[in-house]
Amino acid sequence: MSRMTMREAISQALWEEMERDERVFIQGEEVGVWGGTYAVTKGFYDHFGPKRVRDTPIAEAAIIGSAIGAALTGLRPVAELMMINFAFVAMDHIVNEAAKLHYMFAGQFKLPLVIRTTSGGGRQLAATHSQTPDVIFAHFPGLKIVSPGTPADAKGLLKQAIRSDDPVLFIENATLYQTRGEVPEGDDVLEELGTSKVQREGDDVTIVAYSKMVPAALKAAGMLAEDGIQAEVVDLRSLRPLDMGPVINSFKCTIRAVVAEEGWRSYGIGAEVTARIYEAAFDYVDAPVKRVAQAEVPLPYNADLEQLALLQTEDIYRAAKEVVYG
Amino acid sequence: MIRRVEERAAELYQQGKIGGFLHLYIGHEAVCAGIGSVRQPQDHLITAYRDHGWAISAGIDPKIVMAELLGKQDGCSQGKGGSMHMAGTSLNFWGGHAIVGAHIPIAAGMALGDVYQGIKDAITICMFGDGATNIGFFHEGLNLSKVWDLPVLWVCENNQYGMGTAVERASAVSEIRQKAEGYGMPNERINGMDVIKVREEVSRVLDTIRKEGGPYLLEIMTYRYRGHSMGDPDRYRNKEEVKKWEDEDPIGILRNYLLTEEIASEKEVDEQEDQVEQIVEEAVQFAEASPNPTEEELFDHIYAEPTPIEYRGFKMEHEREEN
Repeated sequence: MSRMTMREAISQALWEEMERDERVFIQGEEVGVWGGTYAVTKGFYDHFGPKRVRDTPIAEAAIIGSAIGAALTGLRPVAELMMINFAFVAMDHIVNEAAKLHYMFAGQFKLPLVIRTTSGGGRQLAATHSQTPDVIFAHFPGLKIVSPGTPADAKGLLKQAIRSDDPVLFIENATLYQTRGEVPEGDDVLEELGTSKVQREGDDVTIVAYSKMVPAALKAAGMLAEDGIQAEVVDLRSLRPLDMGPVINSFKCTIRAVVAEEGWRSYGIGAEVTARIYEAAFDYVDAPVKRVAQAEVPLPYNADLEQLALLQTEDIYRAAKEVVYG
Repeated sequence: MIRRVEERAAELYQQGKIGGFLHLYIGHEAVCAGIGSVRQPQDHLITAYRDHGWAISAGIDPKIVMAELLGKQDGCSQGKGGSMHMAGTSLNFWGGHAIVGAHIPIAAGMALGDVYQGIKDAITICMFGDGATNIGFFHEGLNLSKVWDLPVLWVCENNQYGMGTAVERASAVSEIRQKAEGYGMPNERINGMDVIKVREEVSRVLDTIRKEGGPYLLEIMTYRYRGHSMGDPDRYRNKEEVKKWEDEDPIGILRNYLLTEEIASEKEVDEQEDQVEQIVEEAVQFAEASPNPTEEELFDHIYAEPTPIEYRGFKMEHEREEN
């Protein structure tokens, strides 16, 4: 184990996989000479060279479309979209090409593609640059959607995503890059895609979260513990396939749940998870499952207003108290 | 062969045996026959939704094409793709893409794959219609291919209508090849009704790319005799115009060429045509006899790796076991 930031863990995963497999390469806006707009690929260009660390034009359809083409020829591209907000420009290639080609051509080829991107608000980038539209992408069969909440998971999941033969959208959160955690060492420390994980055990209430909401939920769990409430935090880690096993197991024990997501609540992850809890564990329900999320507004620039709109640790804490005490 | 397969397909469509959209290639045949005859095995081929001719000229058996049109198990996409999504990747034919222009950046990536892996002499041949040159994907793809100096032959099959909208009503320049100028890319416009000429010109251009590298755009002038798809009311062009182009029928031109150059006798050409007739009939019989895909196949190929799948609100077998 060594302690490192989320940024370092992701960078290390990329580096190790590129060292391991010549077919792995990176392309995207400013991934090369600049070193990555979030410094995740700093030093890569000098070490791996321009062939494997490819700066692209600011043309998202070309970035994803050409990565798909390269994957069809047997390469394993890691295409970077600076922000998930820009994925809309490449929407067709993500949901209509990457997600469909293997099925539509009856598995004649593999499509080992990773799209790395960042989601979430909180950096005063205003409405078009602060969204958390992860759920939109999770709607489409054919894609795998992964979004880690801890440095250890980020490393293990990204390495597995790169080794996967299916297209994976790997969603990071820029405000988590500086968070630290213990990360196992070793080239082959992998985390299985499509699996949820209990990040904290507890008997009184289940908090379901992913990505940025995992550290928030853990913090809320700490606050709840001071009030004598033991919260179990289940980290979804993947939105598709969605592994409800650990959520249902936890809920059957706690009989109460909060689902916390950074994005908007309507048609969201919380809606999906809540419905599935009711479907699988209706007889256990003690209180309505509480969904907490971002206020349904386009995110404003002003720092105070933006924080007002975003889901806070206190909201998760309050929601958990509500489902426990009614 | 392509003409007869499609004429039969149109009949089968009228009989309700082919569903969805059916975009016939009739009138364009010299383009795919010409290019297909000079494409090398290492050259990737990728095209849009008007793809039956490309599938056949790439070497997919007409039986398999017909089975796909009928949505059957023996189809090249096992009944999952249909008319617009045919591929035979073992023949280096990569489909059959139905979102206008979306395959253009994909083609650039395939050429990148070759360059990256040091595969020499491989060219990616990417076909699209005139309509696709007005969408952003085209411009992003062309730009990238030039910036990265990728060996792509971009081919616009200009049949002069994007669905029912004439080129000059949709494109700022009516000569599509001019669009390549903006990307500093060599380009030409050639006639696409004479297969021998298409073959010669494309062969020359492929040689140039193999020798000098980089992308190249070819605009091939052609015409589709039938509607955009089977549901086309054909109100946007007059009969005289269609008639004029029908006089240039690529199959008639080839027939004349074979006879006047004494490459084949009238009898030999007729025999060949009878043979084609036979093959197409066998293809139809094969396709009709081919089984429908099964319910299990509905769930095959969503992913390459074993992945849990949900079936409506009900659990799949393997999930039932878990709980």
